[in-house]
Amino acid sequence: MSPTVAGILQLSLLVALLAAVHRPFGDYMAKVYSSEKHTRPERWIYKAVGADPDSGQRWGIYLRSVLAFSMFSLLGLYALLRLQDKLPWSLGFAPMKADQAFNTAASFTANTNWQSYSGEQAVGHFVQMAGLTVQNFVSAAVGMAVAVALVRGFVRVRSGEIGNFWVDLVRGCVRILLPIAVVGTIVLVASGTIQNLADPHTVTTLSGGHQTVTGGPVASQEVVKELGTNGGGFYNANSAHPFENPNAFTNLVEIFLILVIPFSLPRTFGTLVGSAKQGYAILAAMFTIWFVFVVLMTWTEMHHNGTALEIAGGATEGKEQRIGVPGSSLFAVSTTMTSTGAVNSFHSSFTGLGGGITMLGMMLGEITPGGVGSGLYGMLVMAILAVFVAGLMVGRTPEYLGKKIGAGEMKLVAMYILVVPATILTMTGVALALPGERASILNSDSPHGLSEVLYAYTSGANNNGSAFAGLSANTEYYNVTIGLAMLIGRFVTIALVLALAGRLAEQRQVPETVGTLKTHKPLFVGTLVGVVVIVTGLTFFPALALGPLAEGLA
Amino acid sequence: MATNASTRIRVFLAGLRALLVLTVVLGVAYPLAMTGIAQVAFSDQANGSKVKVDGKEVGSSLLGQSFDIVGPDGKSTGQPDPKWFQPRPSAGNYDPLASGASNYGPENADFIQLVKDRKAQVAAFNGVPEDKVPADAVTASGSGLDPHISKAYALIQVDRVAKERGLDPAKVKKLVEDHVDGRVIGILGDERVNVLELNIALQKLAATK
Repeated sequence: MSPTVAGILQLSLLVALLAAVHRPFGDYMAKVYSSEKHTRPERWIYKAVGADPDSGQRWGIYLRSVLAFSMFSLLGLYALLRLQDKLPWSLGFAPMKADQAFNTAASFTANTNWQSYSGEQAVGHFVQMAGLTVQNFVSAAVGMAVAVALVRGFVRVRSGEIGNFWVDLVRGCVRILLPIAVVGTIVLVASGTIQNLADPHTVTTLSGGHQTVTGGPVASQEVVKELGTNGGGFYNANSAHPFENPNAFTNLVEIFLILVIPFSLPRTFGTLVGSAKQGYAILAAMFTIWFVFVVLMTWTEMHHNGTALEIAGGATEGKEQRIGVPGSSLFAVSTTMTSTGAVNSFHSSFTGLGGGITMLGMMLGEITPGGVGSGLYGMLVMAILAVFVAGLMVGRTPEYLGKKIGAGEMKLVAMYILVVPATILTMTGVALALPGERASILNSDSPHGLSEVLYAYTSGANNNGSAFAGLSANTEYYNVTIGLAMLIGRFVTIALVLALAGRLAEQRQVPETVGTLKTHKPLFVGTLVGVVVIVTGLTFFPALALGPLAEGLA
Repeated sequence: MATNASTRIRVFLAGLRALLVLTVVLGVAYPLAMTGIAQVAFSDQANGSKVKVDGKEVGSSLLGQSFDIVGPDGKSTGQPDPKWFQPRPSAGNYDPLASGASNYGPENADFIQLVKDRKAQVAAFNGVPEDKVPADAVTASGSGLDPHISKAYALIQVDRVAKERGLDPAKVKKLVEDHVDGRVIGILGDERVNVLELNIALQKLAATK
């Protein structure tokens, strides 16, 4: 069988699995977030937290709860990293430096998982478990909570309340993420991913040399790294490392885990707003763009354009033999179009166009399908924009799901759309203007150098976390500025989304008339895809033209 | 106002308390329980799929290792040992403490030269023309620990290894073909040969000569 045919069948299998699962799983998640009942362990948790699970929160309180929790997450993780030499299973590692600890704590709290450290050289087992694994769960649960709060904004009528953050957080963790993580860990370990607490040990190799073999509780973190679209590798090589991703089967499992929640949440949305069709319209827009990108990426990687790759005879630099080019392309698109950022192959060594596709995937705002929760709320913001644009064309006050989209709503939407690109482009421009920061670029002899810096801030502000790793980003300047980009890209957008949810929840329901735009029809899906591509394209085209496009067309 | 202030403080402290509770559940109980289950049910995999020869651990079937000539100081000389099947180039010298990739972009001048040099070296080392050298033989993997090479790369090494060890090339070729793993369920990943396992089998074959 040719690699292309095998790649097509692999993609078909993945799509079939997602198609089979998204409906029951999406409905299950809808039930989780709308159920009135609490289980006994959940009641214990609420008691320990000191929160009343049956009280509703207005958006301001909801937001303050998100921020309080995330601030303590940031501080707690920072403390663990700074004190790790005093903790058990530290493997003798020194505390992380202040700027890098800030960067790492911001990164994991903001569901980004950009890493300026190398896991096997900097972080002990205890911090991996009690610090990083925990944030892998809770930052994902925060994203889902915010998405559900926005959906409640559409559903609720003349009520200011958009749910209870503590309930959404805890349920997301214990009813959705944890059960899948337990099953997933067992599947990964059975297939070869390691799960132990061993120190590194040195063996004499077959040819008489020496090799230090590492240990660690890898599988339990790997699974939630993908499931929560986090992406921070236990090891430096991330999911390219054979101990994280030992074979082509685990590779497919990991891609499935990355996509399963983002592609199921539109169903959850449809169920919660009482119209499955509305969910399918959102899903169709997400899936279309993801699918086109997978095809383009596989095509360009199989054709391996680029001087060095043509001499080599294949785009295999930075890719693993057991995973192959199609499996690497599929993973690369899935990880950059969700907010995951895990890598099973190194994007910097992809073809020029392939590298551009990974970047464009992030620049679309991580909504196709996007990170857990953040993908859905990002896409719903774009849907509001699409409705607004369509409304302008026909001269009607736009409405979406029975809620009027007025000036107040549009201001929030406009700010949401501007925050991330403004952060990326400003910070990239400033870094490129500073000679000291330019020196961190690896491939400084070509447009690739600009791509390295642009990719870093794009990845940070979009909370992706993957790297065009040529850039030596472990400097005080990059640690601090990328750390700030991640926090802005995460929490400013969350604040805007929750404010929007609050405004929508206060509105009355507008009855549907013959003039109402049908937001579940293919026409709207097409408009939505167009709006996503045009808004992003216009924002980033100049920067892309100078970096990956110049390289890919050279 | 008093209630408002106390609400704010309560929300604030709830953030800290929630973090502590969830850390116990997700950061201690969950990974330790998983480690326990993994160690009992899948101890071989959970501990890194160790490979033993005559009862001595020589590495992991999941991690590639260097087959360079080892100098008298026990360190690699950086020269490939012709007695062994050679793995792919590695950005981290097959050291699991330095996993990772080269990150060279496809137009990087150093990288272009490196690929050219590797192609010439692999062709000369194995006595084959340059156009017979497959891509995986001249490009570094993502992890720097890739345990596999392509079937094509294994096959061009057969004659050199057989000659070096005084073995029948047909037998060595048969050995390679027995060690080719197809795609998982026929469609996932790529065809590959595990270099460590192949070399262990090669050593056995040489011992029974």
